[in-house]
Amino acid sequence: MSTTTIAGVQVDVNDEGFFEDPEQWTEAMAPDLARAEGIDELTDRHWQVLHFMRQEYFEKGTGPTVRALGKTSGVSVKELYQLFPKGPAKIAAKVAGIPKPRGCI
Amino acid sequence: MRRLVILGGGTGGTIMANRLRKDYAEEALSITVVDQDDHHVYQPGLLFVPFGLADPEEISRTRHRQFHSGVEFLRVEVDRVDIDLDKVYLVDGTVLDYDVLIVATGARLVPEETEGMLGEGWMEKVFTFYTPEGAAALADALESFEGGRLVVNIVDMPIKCPVAPLEFAFLADWYFTERGIRDEVELVYVTPLDGAFTKPVASATLGSLLAEKGVELVTEFNTGEVDGAGGRLISYDEREVPFDLLVTIPVHSGAEYVGRSPGLGDDLDFVPTDEHTLQSKARANVFAIGDASAVPASKAGSVTHFEGEALTENVRRFLAGEELVAGFDGHANCFIETGFHKALLIDFNYDTEPLPGHFPTAAGPLTLMRESRLNHLGKLMFQWVYWHVLLPGRDLPGVGAEMSMSGKENP
Repeated sequence: MSTTTIAGVQVDVNDEGFFEDPEQWTEAMAPDLARAEGIDELTDRHWQVLHFMRQEYFEKGTGPTVRALGKTSGVSVKELYQLFPKGPAKIAAKVAGIPKPRGCI
Repeated sequence: MRRLVILGGGTGGTIMANRLRKDYAEEALSITVVDQDDHHVYQPGLLFVPFGLADPEEISRTRHRQFHSGVEFLRVEVDRVDIDLDKVYLVDGTVLDYDVLIVATGARLVPEETEGMLGEGWMEKVFTFYTPEGAAALADALESFEGGRLVVNIVDMPIKCPVAPLEFAFLADWYFTERGIRDEVELVYVTPLDGAFTKPVASATLGSLLAEKGVELVTEFNTGEVDGAGGRLISYDEREVPFDLLVTIPVHSGAEYVGRSPGLGDDLDFVPTDEHTLQSKARANVFAIGDASAVPASKAGSVTHFEGEALTENVRRFLAGEELVAGFDGHANCFIETGFHKALLIDFNYDTEPLPGHFPTAAGPLTLMRESRLNHLGKLMFQWVYWHVLLPGRDLPGVGAEMSMSGKENP
Protein backbone atom coordinates (compact mmCIF):
# COMPACT_ATOMS: atom_id res chain seq x y z
CA MET A 1 0.00 0.00 0.00
CA SER A 2 1.19 3.52 -0.70
CA THR A 3 -0.14 7.05 -0.68
CA THR A 4 -0.61 9.32 -3.61
CA THR A 5 -2.03 12.78 -4.12
CA ILE A 6 -5.06 13.17 -6.35
CA ALA A 7 -6.73 16.56 -6.91
CA GLY A 8 -4.67 17.88 -4.00
CA VAL A 9 -5.80 15.22 -1.51
CA GLN A 10 -3.74 12.32 -0.09
CA VAL A 11 -5.31 8.89 -0.62
CA ASP A 12 -4.26 5.26 -0.03
CA VAL A 13 -3.85 3.07 -3.11
CA ASN A 14 -2.55 -0.46 -3.71
CA ASP A 15 0.37 -1.48 -5.97
CA GLU A 16 -1.85 -1.34 -9.04
CA GLY A 17 -3.32 2.08 -8.20
CA PHE A 18 -6.72 0.93 -6.95
CA PHE A 19 -8.20 2.77 -3.96
CA GLU A 20 -7.84 0.96 -0.64
CA ASP A 21 -10.67 2.97 0.92
CA PRO A 22 -13.51 4.03 -1.41
CA GLU A 23 -14.62 6.58 1.23
CA GLN A 24 -11.53 8.66 0.41
CA TRP A 25 -12.78 9.16 -3.16
CA THR A 26 -14.58 12.33 -4.26
CA GLU A 27 -16.10 13.22 -7.62
CA ALA A 28 -13.48 15.96 -7.99
CA MET A 29 -10.77 13.25 -8.24
CA ALA A 30 -12.37 11.40 -11.15
CA PRO A 31 -11.12 13.65 -14.00
CA ASP A 32 -7.49 13.27 -12.83
CA LEU A 33 -7.86 9.51 -12.38
CA ALA A 34 -9.43 9.26 -15.84
CA ARG A 35 -6.65 11.25 -17.51
CA ALA A 36 -4.08 8.87 -15.98
CA GLU A 37 -5.92 6.09 -17.85
CA GLY A 38 -5.93 7.99 -21.13
CA ILE A 39 -9.51 9.27 -20.90
CA ASP A 40 -9.43 13.00 -21.58
CA GLU A 41 -12.99 13.90 -20.84
CA LEU A 42 -15.63 12.27 -18.66
CA THR A 43 -19.00 12.36 -20.40
CA ASP A 44 -22.43 11.75 -18.84
CA ARG A 45 -22.15 8.14 -20.03
CA HIS A 46 -18.85 7.73 -18.17
CA TRP A 47 -20.47 9.15 -15.04
CA GLN A 48 -23.42 6.80 -15.35
CA VAL A 49 -20.99 3.85 -15.24
CA LEU A 50 -18.88 5.34 -12.43
CA HIS A 51 -21.90 5.91 -10.20
CA PHE A 52 -23.21 2.46 -10.98
CA MET A 53 -19.83 0.90 -10.07
CA ARG A 54 -19.81 2.60 -6.67
CA GLN A 55 -23.42 1.71 -5.97
CA GLU A 56 -22.72 -1.97 -6.79
CA TYR A 57 -19.59 -1.94 -4.67
CA PHE A 58 -21.36 -0.59 -1.60
CA GLU A 59 -24.26 -3.04 -2.05
CA LYS A 60 -22.29 -6.18 -2.87
CA GLY A 61 -18.76 -5.66 -1.61
CA THR A 62 -17.17 -5.95 -5.06
CA GLY A 63 -17.39 -4.11 -8.36
CA PRO A 64 -19.27 -5.86 -11.19
CA THR A 65 -17.66 -7.73 -14.09
CA VAL A 66 -17.93 -6.35 -17.64
CA ARG A 67 -20.68 -8.82 -18.42
CA ALA A 68 -22.73 -7.87 -15.37
CA LEU A 69 -22.13 -4.19 -16.19
CA GLY A 70 -23.44 -4.76 -19.72
CA LYS A 71 -26.58 -6.40 -18.36
CA THR A 72 -27.40 -3.97 -15.59
CA SER A 73 -25.73 -0.56 -15.98
CA GLY A 74 -27.81 0.56 -18.97
CA VAL A 75 -24.63 0.79 -21.06
CA SER A 76 -23.91 -2.03 -23.55
CA VAL A 77 -20.64 -3.97 -23.38
CA LYS A 78 -19.63 -2.54 -26.75
CA GLU A 79 -20.12 1.03 -25.54
CA LEU A 80 -18.37 0.22 -22.25
CA TYR A 81 -15.25 -0.62 -24.27
CA GLN A 82 -15.59 2.65 -26.18
CA LEU A 83 -15.82 4.57 -22.90
CA PHE A 84 -13.06 2.68 -21.07
CA PRO A 85 -11.01 1.13 -23.89
CA LYS A 86 -8.44 -0.78 -21.84
CA GLY A 87 -10.96 -2.87 -19.87
CA PRO A 88 -14.18 -1.34 -18.54
CA ALA A 89 -14.48 -3.25 -15.25
CA LYS A 90 -10.88 -2.55 -14.21
CA ILE A 91 -10.52 1.01 -15.48
CA ALA A 92 -13.96 2.13 -14.30
CA ALA A 93 -13.23 0.66 -10.87
CA LYS A 94 -9.97 2.58 -10.71
CA VAL A 95 -11.58 5.88 -11.76
CA ALA A 96 -14.58 5.28 -9.44
CA GLY A 97 -12.23 4.78 -6.49
CA ILE A 98 -13.19 1.20 -5.62
CA PRO A 99 -10.94 -1.89 -5.27
CA LYS A 100 -10.19 -4.11 -8.27
CA PRO A 101 -13.27 -6.26 -9.00
CA ARG A 102 -12.88 -9.81 -7.74
CA GLY A 103 -14.84 -11.16 -10.73
CA CYS A 104 -12.46 -13.88 -11.79
CA ILE A 105 -11.37 -16.71 -9.58
CA MET B 1 -41.40 -34.67 9.51
CA ARG B 2 -39.19 -31.98 7.98
CA ARG B 3 -38.84 -31.66 4.22
CA LEU B 4 -35.57 -31.12 2.37
CA VAL B 5 -35.70 -30.34 -1.34
CA ILE B 6 -32.50 -30.40 -3.38
CA LEU B 7 -32.57 -28.85 -6.86
CA GLY B 8 -29.99 -30.57 -9.05
CA GLY B 9 -28.73 -34.16 -9.01
CA GLY B 10 -25.11 -33.51 -9.96
CA THR B 11 -22.04 -33.52 -7.75
CA GLY B 12 -23.34 -31.21 -5.01
CA GLY B 13 -26.94 -32.43 -4.96
CA THR B 14 -25.93 -36.08 -4.83
CA ILE B 15 -23.34 -35.55 -2.10
CA MET B 16 -25.82 -33.60 0.04
CA ALA B 17 -28.67 -36.09 -0.42
CA ASN B 18 -26.45 -39.02 0.52
CA ARG B 19 -24.72 -37.35 3.46
CA LEU B 20 -27.98 -36.15 4.99
CA ARG B 21 -29.76 -39.47 4.31
CA LYS B 22 -27.11 -41.15 6.48
CA ASP B 23 -27.62 -38.59 9.26
CA TYR B 24 -31.43 -38.60 9.44
CA ALA B 25 -34.07 -41.33 9.65
CA GLU B 26 -36.64 -41.19 6.86
CA GLU B 27 -39.36 -40.42 9.45
CA ALA B 28 -37.42 -37.34 10.58
CA LEU B 29 -36.48 -35.84 7.22
CA SER B 30 -37.76 -36.43 3.71
CA ILE B 31 -35.23 -35.82 0.96
CA THR B 32 -36.37 -35.04 -2.59
CA VAL B 33 -33.93 -34.38 -5.42
CA VAL B 34 -35.15 -32.76 -8.64
CA ASP B 35 -33.30 -32.80 -11.96
CA GLN B 36 -34.40 -32.31 -15.55
CA ASP B 37 -32.57 -35.42 -16.81
CA ASP B 38 -31.10 -38.68 -15.59
CA HIS B 39 -27.54 -38.35 -16.97
CA HIS B 40 -24.81 -37.72 -14.44
CA VAL B 41 -21.64 -36.77 -16.32
CA TYR B 42 -18.23 -37.01 -14.67
CA GLN B 43 -17.33 -33.60 -16.04
CA PRO B 44 -13.53 -33.76 -15.54
CA GLY B 45 -13.60 -36.66 -18.01
CA LEU B 46 -14.77 -34.38 -20.83
CA LEU B 47 -11.22 -33.05 -21.19
CA PHE B 48 -10.00 -36.44 -22.41
CA VAL B 49 -12.75 -37.08 -24.97
CA PRO B 50 -11.38 -34.83 -27.77
CA PHE B 51 -8.05 -36.69 -27.66
CA GLY B 52 -9.66 -40.11 -27.88
CA LEU B 53 -8.60 -40.90 -24.31
CA ALA B 54 -12.15 -41.27 -22.97
CA ASP B 55 -15.53 -42.08 -24.41
CA PRO B 56 -18.58 -39.94 -23.57
CA GLU B 57 -20.45 -43.13 -22.61
CA GLU B 58 -17.90 -44.28 -20.06
CA ILE B 59 -17.89 -40.97 -18.15
CA SER B 60 -21.68 -40.87 -17.76
CA ARG B 61 -24.01 -42.80 -15.45
CA THR B 62 -27.65 -42.47 -14.45
CA ARG B 63 -28.35 -39.97 -11.69
CA HIS B 64 -30.90 -42.08 -9.81
CA ARG B 65 -28.48 -44.95 -9.27
CA GLN B 66 -26.11 -42.66 -7.32
CA PHE B 67 -28.56 -42.01 -4.48
CA HIS B 68 -28.81 -43.97 -1.23
CA SER B 69 -32.18 -45.61 -0.68
CA GLY B 70 -34.68 -43.28 0.91
CA VAL B 71 -33.88 -40.41 -1.44
CA GLU B 72 -36.77 -39.51 -3.74
CA PHE B 73 -35.70 -38.51 -7.26
CA LEU B 74 -38.00 -36.50 -9.55
CA ARG B 75 -37.01 -36.18 -13.17
CA VAL B 76 -38.73 -32.92 -14.05
CA GLU B 77 -37.61 -29.43 -14.96
CA VAL B 78 -37.96 -26.73 -12.32
CA ASP B 79 -40.19 -23.84 -13.28
CA ARG B 80 -39.45 -21.51 -10.36
CA VAL B 81 -38.95 -21.17 -6.64
CA ASP B 82 -41.10 -18.95 -4.44
CA ILE B 83 -38.82 -18.08 -1.53
CA ASP B 84 -41.63 -16.25 0.30
CA LEU B 85 -43.93 -19.29 0.31
CA ASP B 86 -41.18 -21.97 0.60
CA LYS B 87 -42.43 -23.70 -2.53
CA VAL B 88 -40.83 -25.12 -5.67
CA TYR B 89 -42.99 -25.23 -8.79
CA LEU B 90 -42.10 -27.88 -11.37
CA VAL B 91 -43.05 -27.59 -15.05
CA ASP B 92 -45.38 -30.62 -14.82
CA GLY B 93 -47.52 -28.80 -12.25
CA THR B 94 -46.09 -30.49 -9.17
CA VAL B 95 -45.60 -28.17 -6.18
CA LEU B 96 -43.02 -29.11 -3.54
CA ASP B 97 -43.13 -27.54 -0.07
CA TYR B 98 -39.85 -27.36 1.76
CA ASP B 99 -38.43 -26.56 5.17
CA VAL B 100 -34.91 -26.40 3.74
CA LEU B 101 -33.95 -25.87 0.09
CA ILE B 102 -30.53 -26.59 -1.39
CA VAL B 103 -29.78 -25.09 -4.80
CA ALA B 104 -27.32 -27.37 -6.60
CA THR B 105 -28.17 -26.86 -10.25
CA GLY B 106 -24.68 -25.87 -11.32
CA ALA B 107 -23.72 -23.62 -14.21
CA ARG B 108 -24.81 -23.81 -17.84
CA LEU B 109 -23.14 -22.66 -21.03
CA VAL B 110 -24.67 -19.71 -22.87
CA PRO B 111 -22.80 -19.54 -26.21
CA GLU B 112 -25.71 -17.47 -27.59
CA GLU B 113 -24.49 -14.52 -25.48
CA THR B 114 -21.44 -14.09 -27.72
CA GLU B 115 -22.11 -12.55 -31.11
CA GLY B 116 -21.56 -14.99 -33.96
CA MET B 117 -20.54 -17.96 -31.84
CA LEU B 118 -23.50 -20.11 -32.90
CA GLY B 119 -23.30 -18.82 -36.46
CA GLU B 120 -21.45 -20.28 -39.42
CA GLY B 121 -18.72 -22.69 -38.40
CA TRP B 122 -20.29 -23.78 -35.09
CA MET B 123 -19.50 -27.47 -34.59
CA GLU B 124 -17.50 -27.36 -37.82
CA LYS B 125 -14.50 -25.31 -36.83
CA VAL B 126 -15.82 -23.74 -33.63
CA PHE B 127 -16.19 -26.24 -30.76
CA THR B 128 -16.42 -26.49 -27.01
CA PHE B 129 -15.41 -29.59 -25.07
CA TYR B 130 -17.56 -28.52 -22.09
CA THR B 131 -20.50 -30.67 -23.29
CA PRO B 132 -20.45 -34.40 -24.18
CA GLU B 133 -21.70 -33.60 -27.72
CA GLY B 134 -19.13 -30.85 -28.21
CA ALA B 135 -16.28 -32.98 -26.87
CA ALA B 136 -17.22 -35.88 -29.16
CA ALA B 137 -17.50 -33.63 -32.23
CA LEU B 138 -14.15 -32.04 -31.40
CA ALA B 139 -12.57 -35.51 -31.28
CA ASP B 140 -13.49 -35.98 -34.94
CA ALA B 141 -12.28 -32.48 -35.86
CA LEU B 142 -8.91 -33.03 -34.15
CA GLU B 143 -8.46 -36.37 -35.87
CA SER B 144 -8.79 -34.77 -39.29
CA PHE B 145 -6.76 -31.66 -38.36
CA GLU B 146 -3.54 -31.72 -40.35
CA GLY B 147 -2.08 -28.36 -39.36
CA GLY B 148 -2.83 -24.68 -38.90
CA ARG B 149 -3.79 -22.41 -36.02
CA LEU B 150 -5.63 -24.00 -33.12
CA VAL B 151 -6.91 -21.35 -30.74
CA VAL B 152 -8.09 -22.13 -27.20
CA ASN B 153 -10.27 -19.31 -25.92
CA ILE B 154 -11.95 -18.38 -22.65
CA VAL B 155 -14.66 -15.81 -23.37
CA ASP B 156 -15.29 -14.60 -19.81
CA MET B 157 -15.01 -15.70 -16.18
CA PRO B 158 -16.40 -17.39 -14.19
CA ILE B 159 -16.16 -20.78 -15.87
CA LYS B 160 -16.30 -24.32 -14.59
CA CYS B 161 -12.86 -25.76 -13.84
CA PRO B 162 -10.69 -22.72 -14.68
CA VAL B 163 -7.68 -25.00 -15.30
CA ALA B 164 -9.38 -27.18 -17.95
CA PRO B 165 -8.63 -24.85 -20.90
CA LEU B 166 -4.94 -24.86 -19.91
CA GLU B 167 -5.00 -28.63 -19.68
CA PHE B 168 -6.54 -28.73 -23.15
CA ALA B 169 -3.64 -26.66 -24.53
CA PHE B 170 -1.05 -28.91 -22.83
CA LEU B 171 -2.74 -32.08 -24.06
CA ALA B 172 -3.04 -30.66 -27.59
CA ASP B 173 0.75 -30.10 -27.61
CA TRP B 174 1.24 -33.73 -26.58
CA TYR B 175 -1.39 -35.04 -29.02
CA PHE B 176 0.11 -33.34 -32.06
CA THR B 177 3.63 -34.33 -30.99
CA GLU B 178 2.50 -37.97 -30.84
CA ARG B 179 0.95 -37.62 -34.28
CA GLY B 180 4.23 -36.22 -35.59
CA ILE B 181 2.69 -32.96 -36.84
CA ARG B 182 3.44 -30.62 -33.91
CA ASP B 183 5.55 -28.41 -36.21
CA GLU B 184 2.54 -27.91 -38.49
CA VAL B 185 0.33 -26.67 -35.64
CA GLU B 186 0.34 -23.23 -34.03
CA LEU B 187 -1.20 -23.37 -30.57
CA VAL B 188 -2.60 -20.12 -29.15
CA TYR B 189 -4.19 -19.54 -25.74
CA VAL B 190 -6.49 -16.51 -25.57
CA THR B 191 -7.74 -15.38 -22.16
CA PRO B 192 -9.51 -12.34 -20.67
CA LEU B 193 -7.19 -12.64 -17.63
CA ASP B 194 -3.87 -10.78 -17.40
CA GLY B 195 -1.95 -14.07 -17.24
CA ALA B 196 -2.31 -17.82 -17.62
CA PHE B 197 -4.25 -18.15 -14.36
CA THR B 198 -5.98 -16.05 -11.74
CA LYS B 199 -3.47 -16.35 -8.87
CA PRO B 200 0.06 -14.88 -9.21
CA VAL B 201 2.37 -17.81 -8.29
CA ALA B 202 0.36 -20.36 -10.27
CA SER B 203 -0.04 -17.89 -13.13
CA ALA B 204 3.76 -17.57 -13.43
CA THR B 205 4.32 -21.36 -13.27
CA LEU B 206 1.56 -22.16 -15.76
CA GLY B 207 2.62 -19.28 -18.02
CA SER B 208 6.18 -20.69 -18.22
CA LEU B 209 4.77 -24.12 -18.94
CA LEU B 210 2.78 -22.72 -21.87
CA ALA B 211 5.93 -21.03 -23.19
CA GLU B 212 7.96 -24.23 -22.75
CA LYS B 213 5.41 -26.13 -24.79
CA GLY B 214 5.38 -23.48 -27.50
CA VAL B 215 1.86 -22.21 -26.81
CA GLU B 216 1.43 -18.51 -27.57
CA LEU B 217 -0.36 -16.62 -24.78
CA VAL B 218 -2.71 -13.73 -25.59
CA THR B 219 -3.95 -11.95 -22.45
CA GLU B 220 -6.64 -9.40 -21.58
CA PHE B 221 -8.57 -10.41 -24.68
CA ASN B 222 -12.30 -9.87 -24.12
CA THR B 223 -14.03 -11.77 -26.88
CA GLY B 224 -16.81 -9.69 -28.41
CA GLU B 225 -17.45 -11.67 -31.57
CA VAL B 226 -16.68 -14.99 -33.22
CA ASP B 227 -16.44 -14.86 -37.00
CA GLY B 228 -16.61 -18.54 -37.88
CA ALA B 229 -16.70 -18.07 -41.64
CA GLY B 230 -13.67 -15.76 -41.62
CA GLY B 231 -11.89 -17.70 -38.87
CA ARG B 232 -11.43 -14.71 -36.57
CA LEU B 233 -11.91 -13.99 -32.88
CA ILE B 234 -12.61 -10.28 -32.38
CA SER B 235 -12.26 -8.55 -29.03
CA TYR B 236 -14.39 -5.65 -27.81
CA ASP B 237 -11.37 -3.38 -28.23
CA GLU B 238 -11.11 -4.55 -31.86
CA ARG B 239 -8.10 -6.81 -31.69
CA GLU B 240 -8.24 -9.95 -33.86
CA VAL B 241 -6.91 -13.47 -33.44
CA PRO B 242 -7.17 -15.67 -36.56
CA PHE B 243 -7.92 -19.40 -36.23
CA ASP B 244 -8.37 -22.50 -38.33
CA LEU B 245 -9.88 -24.41 -35.41
CA LEU B 246 -11.38 -22.70 -32.37
CA VAL B 247 -11.84 -24.45 -29.04
CA THR B 248 -13.89 -22.01 -27.00
CA ILE B 249 -15.20 -21.97 -23.46
CA PRO B 250 -18.49 -20.03 -23.78
CA VAL B 251 -19.74 -17.77 -21.00
CA HIS B 252 -21.55 -19.44 -18.11
CA SER B 253 -24.74 -18.62 -16.25
CA GLY B 254 -26.66 -20.28 -13.45
CA ALA B 255 -29.78 -22.36 -14.17
CA GLU B 256 -32.60 -20.61 -16.03
CA TYR B 257 -35.24 -21.17 -13.31
CA VAL B 258 -33.06 -19.11 -10.93
CA GLY B 259 -33.78 -16.12 -13.15
CA ARG B 260 -37.50 -16.92 -12.98
CA SER B 261 -37.42 -17.01 -9.16
CA PRO B 262 -37.66 -13.45 -7.78
CA GLY B 263 -34.99 -12.68 -5.19
CA LEU B 264 -33.05 -15.93 -5.55
CA GLY B 265 -30.22 -15.16 -7.97
CA ASP B 266 -27.93 -12.40 -9.24
CA ASP B 267 -27.65 -10.89 -12.74
CA LEU B 268 -25.98 -14.03 -14.07
CA ASP B 269 -28.47 -16.38 -12.29
CA PHE B 270 -25.96 -17.53 -9.70
CA VAL B 271 -27.16 -17.58 -6.08
CA PRO B 272 -25.55 -15.00 -3.77
CA THR B 273 -24.34 -17.10 -0.85
CA ASP B 274 -22.37 -16.57 2.34
CA GLU B 275 -18.90 -17.77 1.40
CA HIS B 276 -18.27 -19.52 4.72
CA THR B 277 -21.69 -20.84 5.88
CA LEU B 278 -23.12 -21.50 2.37
CA GLN B 279 -26.45 -20.05 3.44
CA SER B 280 -28.01 -18.05 0.61
CA LYS B 281 -28.45 -14.33 1.04
CA ALA B 282 -32.02 -14.75 -0.23
CA ARG B 283 -33.52 -16.63 2.75
CA ALA B 284 -32.25 -18.34 5.91
CA ASN B 285 -33.70 -21.72 4.85
CA VAL B 286 -32.16 -21.63 1.37
CA PHE B 287 -28.59 -22.88 0.87
CA ALA B 288 -26.44 -23.23 -2.26
CA ILE B 289 -23.60 -25.58 -3.13
CA GLY B 290 -21.18 -25.96 -6.01
CA ASP B 291 -21.22 -24.10 -9.32
CA ALA B 292 -24.74 -22.72 -8.69
CA SER B 293 -23.53 -20.42 -5.91
CA ALA B 294 -21.83 -17.07 -6.40
CA VAL B 295 -19.15 -17.65 -3.74
CA PRO B 296 -15.69 -16.45 -4.85
CA ALA B 297 -14.27 -20.00 -5.11
CA SER B 298 -13.40 -22.01 -8.21
CA LYS B 299 -16.31 -23.78 -9.85
CA ALA B 300 -14.84 -27.25 -9.42
CA GLY B 301 -15.90 -30.65 -8.13
CA SER B 302 -13.34 -30.63 -5.33
CA VAL B 303 -14.74 -27.34 -4.06
CA THR B 304 -18.23 -28.83 -4.11
CA HIS B 305 -17.02 -31.88 -2.20
CA PHE B 306 -15.37 -29.77 0.50
CA GLU B 307 -18.43 -27.52 0.68
CA GLY B 308 -20.51 -30.67 1.22
CA GLU B 309 -18.88 -31.34 4.57
CA ALA B 310 -19.49 -27.79 5.80
CA LEU B 311 -23.03 -27.63 4.42
CA THR B 312 -24.08 -30.95 5.97
CA GLU B 313 -23.18 -29.55 9.38
CA ASN B 314 -25.03 -26.29 8.71
CA VAL B 315 -28.21 -27.98 7.50
CA ARG B 316 -28.15 -30.04 10.70
CA ARG B 317 -27.65 -26.88 12.75
CA PHE B 318 -30.39 -25.04 10.90
CA LEU B 319 -32.88 -27.88 11.47
CA ALA B 320 -31.91 -27.96 15.16
CA GLY B 321 -32.32 -24.20 15.48
CA GLU B 322 -28.63 -23.72 16.26
CA GLU B 323 -26.28 -21.02 15.01
CA LEU B 324 -24.51 -21.80 11.72
CA VAL B 325 -20.78 -22.37 11.63
CA ALA B 326 -18.44 -20.58 9.17
CA GLY B 327 -17.04 -23.94 8.11
CA PHE B 328 -16.02 -23.48 4.48
CA ASP B 329 -12.63 -21.89 3.75
CA GLY B 330 -12.75 -21.89 -0.07
CA HIS B 331 -10.64 -25.05 -0.33
CA ALA B 332 -9.97 -26.23 -3.90
CA ASN B 333 -7.75 -29.10 -5.02
CA CYS B 334 -7.15 -29.64 -8.73
CA PHE B 335 -4.98 -31.89 -10.81
CA ILE B 336 -3.73 -30.18 -13.97
CA GLU B 337 -2.89 -32.58 -16.81
CA THR B 338 0.23 -31.41 -18.63
CA GLY B 339 0.55 -34.21 -21.19
CA PHE B 340 3.23 -36.88 -21.65
CA HIS B 341 1.74 -38.85 -18.68
CA LYS B 342 2.37 -36.05 -16.21
CA ALA B 343 0.28 -33.66 -14.16
CA LEU B 344 0.56 -30.82 -11.66
CA LEU B 345 -1.49 -30.48 -8.51
CA ILE B 346 -2.71 -27.24 -6.95
CA ASP B 347 -4.27 -26.87 -3.49
CA PHE B 348 -5.57 -23.51 -2.26
CA ASN B 349 -8.38 -21.62 -0.52
CA TYR B 350 -9.84 -18.11 -0.17
CA ASP B 351 -6.74 -16.80 1.62
CA THR B 352 -3.87 -18.95 0.37
CA GLU B 353 -3.01 -19.05 -3.32
CA PRO B 354 -1.62 -22.24 -4.90
CA LEU B 355 1.94 -22.77 -3.59
CA PRO B 356 4.68 -25.25 -4.48
CA GLY B 357 5.48 -28.17 -2.16
CA HIS B 358 4.14 -31.63 -1.41
CA PHE B 359 0.69 -33.04 -0.77
CA PRO B 360 -1.04 -34.00 1.45
CA THR B 361 1.97 -33.51 3.76
CA ALA B 362 5.68 -32.65 3.40
CA ALA B 363 6.27 -36.39 2.91
CA GLY B 364 4.21 -36.36 -0.28
CA PRO B 365 3.57 -38.51 -2.20
CA LEU B 366 2.09 -35.92 -4.59
CA THR B 367 3.91 -32.76 -5.71
CA LEU B 368 2.32 -29.32 -5.70
CA MET B 369 2.87 -27.02 -8.71
CA ARG B 370 5.49 -29.39 -10.14
CA GLU B 371 4.86 -32.00 -12.81
CA SER B 372 5.00 -35.66 -11.83
CA ARG B 373 3.81 -39.00 -13.14
CA LEU B 374 2.15 -39.80 -9.82
CA ASN B 375 -0.04 -36.71 -10.13
CA HIS B 376 -1.17 -37.98 -13.53
CA LEU B 377 -2.07 -41.36 -12.02
CA GLY B 378 -3.90 -39.49 -9.25
CA LYS B 379 -5.94 -37.64 -11.86
CA LEU B 380 -6.86 -40.87 -13.64
CA MET B 381 -7.75 -42.64 -10.39
CA PHE B 382 -9.94 -39.76 -9.37
CA GLN B 383 -12.79 -40.90 -11.59
CA TRP B 384 -13.14 -44.05 -9.46
CA VAL B 385 -12.90 -41.95 -6.30
CA TYR B 386 -15.64 -39.66 -7.64
CA TRP B 387 -18.26 -42.39 -8.15
CA HIS B 388 -17.31 -44.54 -5.15
CA VAL B 389 -16.17 -42.12 -2.44
CA LEU B 390 -17.32 -38.56 -3.15
CA LEU B 391 -20.86 -39.13 -4.43
CA PRO B 392 -21.80 -41.67 -1.73
CA GLY B 393 -20.85 -38.94 0.76
CA ARG B 394 -17.72 -40.44 2.25
CA ASP B 395 -14.70 -38.40 3.35
CA LEU B 396 -11.43 -38.53 1.42
CA PRO B 397 -8.84 -40.25 3.62
CA GLY B 398 -5.97 -37.88 4.44
CA VAL B 399 -7.58 -34.84 2.79
CA GLY B 400 -9.58 -32.57 5.07
CA ALA B 401 -12.33 -30.23 4.01
CA GLU B 402 -10.22 -27.41 5.43
CA MET B 403 -7.04 -26.64 3.51
CA SER B 404 -3.84 -27.55 5.33
CA MET B 405 -0.52 -25.64 5.13
CA SER B 406 1.35 -28.90 5.67
CA GLY B 407 3.85 -29.52 2.86
CA LYS B 408 3.43 -26.09 1.31
CA GLU B 409 6.49 -23.90 0.70
CA ASN B 410 6.22 -20.16 1.07
CA PRO B 411 7.44 -18.33 -2.05
